[in-house]
Amino acid sequence: MNVIIVGCGRVGRTLAEKLNNDGNDVTVIDMSAEKVEKVINRCDVMGIVGNGATYTVQREAGIDKADLLIAVTNSDELNLLCCIIAQKEGNCQTVARVKNPEYSADASYLKEELNLAMVINPEYEAAEEIARVLRFPSAIKIEPFAKGKVELVKFKLQKDSPAIGLSVKELVTKYRLDALVCTIERGEEAYIASGNFVFAEKDVVSIVATPKNANEFFKKLHSKGHSVKNALVVGGGVIAHYLCEILSRSGIGLKIVEKNKTVCEEIAEEWEDVDVIHGDASDHDLLLEEGVTRADAFVALADLDEENILLSVFAKGVGCGKLVTKINRMDYANVINQLDLDTLVCPRAITADTILRYVRARKNTSGSNVETLHNLIPGKVEASEFLVRETSPIIGVPLYQLKFKKSVLIASITRSKEVILPRGQDVILAGDSVVVISSFPLHDIAEVLK
Amino acid sequence: MNYGIIKRTVGWILLFEATFFLVPVFTAVIYREKEVYDFLIALFSCVALGSVLLIGKPKNTSIYAKEGFVIVALCWITLSLFGALPLRLSQTYPTYVDALFEIVSGFTTTGACVLSGEQVQALPRCILMWRSFTHWIGGMGVLVFIMVFLPLCGGGNNINIMRAESPGPTVNKLVPKMRSTAKILYLIYGALTLLQFVLLIFDMPVFDAINISFATAGTGGFSVRADGCAGYSAYSQIVITVFMILFSVNFASYYFIICGKFKEAFNLEIRVFLGIVVTAITLITVNLCLSNAYAYTTGEAIRYSAFSVASLISTTGFSTENFDLWPSFSKTILVMIMFVGACAGSTGGGLKVSRIIVLFKGATRETRRMLHPKQIKKITIDKRAVDDETVRNINGFFIAYLLIFILSLLIVSLDGQSTTTNFTAITATINNIGPGLDAVGPAGNFAMFSWWSKVVLIFDMLIGRLEVFPILVLFMPKTWKK
Repeated sequence: MNVIIVGCGRVGRTLAEKLNNDGNDVTVIDMSAEKVEKVINRCDVMGIVGNGATYTVQREAGIDKADLLIAVTNSDELNLLCCIIAQKEGNCQTVARVKNPEYSADASYLKEELNLAMVINPEYEAAEEIARVLRFPSAIKIEPFAKGKVELVKFKLQKDSPAIGLSVKELVTKYRLDALVCTIERGEEAYIASGNFVFAEKDVVSIVATPKNANEFFKKLHSKGHSVKNALVVGGGVIAHYLCEILSRSGIGLKIVEKNKTVCEEIAEEWEDVDVIHGDASDHDLLLEEGVTRADAFVALADLDEENILLSVFAKGVGCGKLVTKINRMDYANVINQLDLDTLVCPRAITADTILRYVRARKNTSGSNVETLHNLIPGKVEASEFLVRETSPIIGVPLYQLKFKKSVLIASITRSKEVILPRGQDVILAGDSVVVISSFPLHDIAEVLK
Repeated sequence: MNYGIIKRTVGWILLFEATFFLVPVFTAVIYREKEVYDFLIALFSCVALGSVLLIGKPKNTSIYAKEGFVIVALCWITLSLFGALPLRLSQTYPTYVDALFEIVSGFTTTGACVLSGEQVQALPRCILMWRSFTHWIGGMGVLVFIMVFLPLCGGGNNINIMRAESPGPTVNKLVPKMRSTAKILYLIYGALTLLQFVLLIFDMPVFDAINISFATAGTGGFSVRADGCAGYSAYSQIVITVFMILFSVNFASYYFIICGKFKEAFNLEIRVFLGIVVTAITLITVNLCLSNAYAYTTGEAIRYSAFSVASLISTTGFSTENFDLWPSFSKTILVMIMFVGACAGSTGGGLKVSRIIVLFKGATRETRRMLHPKQIKKITIDKRAVDDETVRNINGFFIAYLLIFILSLLIVSLDGQSTTTNFTAITATINNIGPGLDAVGPAGNFAMFSWWSKVVLIFDMLIGRLEVFPILVLFMPKTWKK
């Protein structure tokens, strides 16, 4: 597939790298020669310096042969303009990143009227992810599959967890759990679970289950299975706005600390039930005064990564329950993970994942589509959801008779309303939605077979 | 410095060289020549050492700019060291340095020879074929060739190799994927070579046609006859002239023509290049016709001057007439176009027309700034600003090139040859041309130089082909420090 990416910021760069690794022909456009150079040096793509919203530059990038144009520059207007011109010029699908909440409200209108394939709002997606983990604080991360019927939940084994020392098989039989253990991360290593794997402290485990069963799982297993009633949020930016919107009737009380008075007033006007505190969150007396020690959750959404990380470490130290930290740069994710900060949310990574998912799905219109895709362990393990078609070679055969590749796991089968956690005798039928965990990118479900 | 990946790439290059040896081996089998054993020995030593180097896969496969330069330089040196083996083993060349000179001259598409015309004609056919084949491989680049077949490293790192190996100040991909770009380039290259072969085959023996096509395609210049190309018919000479010009044009232009983008195809560099060619031919023709010493008809004068100009500006170095005997004005023009060289992204050598354009525009800009010291002016090519980084790189390149030239001239002059000989010997090697004037003119050769001068000239050829920096980087102590 020929893909043109306009904008070589962090999202553009991540996309270029991943789409190229997936075997697409990628061309990147940016105004800054330096940024283009950076991408070209890192991955095998073609780079063009110029304004991506101009007809000449797009033509140079080969818009006439492109299948998809992704506009992820910093400016919403430029992104939309790129898409409009691309559609006039070529015959391609277009994806635009739109950050401004005012445009975002018009997302569906824009999509329809401008004929965009996708309008993505990184901040909104991030807010949704934060809302999910606040509702389910035992988890580090929750990824919904099959329209929310199945959830992939990631959590860390604390030192008092009863699972430590048990093998995967023992755990499931002992607690009679209706969940499937998928992957285990231990330090830098990632494993796809097998029955004999023994859990250890600090392992990050992901399971697949229905939301109800996942809840049960944590009740049986997790001592820290409390729910979040109130959350302290630092920073009143766009994500905080969306968070207020999403959580407005959820029973989770929000308290927002923000430096800028006008922003405070705006939020206070719009959301009456949100407590808005005007003050500098880096002042630790203020945080203590506002009850960081008693808060069920602490959400750091300030502009600077360093500030967020520092505040989260502080909140952890004073015994705050659930921690959510927004970071902009994933480059140092390894280092940050060592700090043990529960949930990290990176809007840019979410944007890249969402777009990547869309491209994968589009690429494969004949076979069984990738419906949803989650980077379970970035760069190592992916979870992909497929809608199985009648033509697929995988249907009608009991799973134990199929010859699977190594490091592939069928995590769940959803058939109309029923969710099956697959055992050897189970059969995949046409129309099923299947979640597959794999250590390599999948484009068609048939690729799981040898 | 990632030694693992360097070792591995050198290992691959040896295996590829082993497959290259199959060409002369095959030739030797056809003509029943005993030198087949010399080639087989070389082939197996390549396979043996190559396999040893390929043992163990490096964990880290990233090639940064530094590794790119070192890999390219080391690969070319390894390639030459082993490529010279059969020449020495067969006893056709008096010393290993001579054999090495000859094969470096082959791979760098220089075409400078240490044997006289008669000795060349007497060479076994498999050796003649090997010499011509090294031109073909060296012309477009060995590592680019390997890239067509296997991904050397992950990600975008391949571009660092391409940057170090391809001629010209900047490298532009034709299509997003490096491998596809390499494939397209080799397809165009192969197709043009084949076309020339087909056009020549009517007029000369098949063996000659293959060799001449290889040597023209790589803009090399090794011939298989004592009199170079003088013995071929006017038709063949015209075909060779045209193809020498075709191979010194940026290959991207052919791709643009195929895509129907004519405006991009005939860019400033090509227009300037063709302008220089036409002007040089006209001036030399007039000069030849006006001086009474030569009994050329006007037609002959045009043909001979066109052939010589094409041969020298494309840095091929074929010869028909001995231009060493031409009037001084004509000779001066020929020496000047030797420095100009071909277009960037072609198989030719020299300074490259695009660099000359930037240097010229840069000089003009500085002169204007004498009048308007505060003036801001960008150097543009085809209405596109050349960024200062590139301009700086070109200036640096030019200075390094001049310094190496002067230093080489100093060392070679110890041999006691005439100044013209020494000057044009360096010109002909550093620009990858082949023949110079006087003792190294079309009728002469490089045999009389001492071994140290030959070593200097060998380095000049490599420096010219790899465009200065990769070889210089090799000699920087910092490159090898941890």
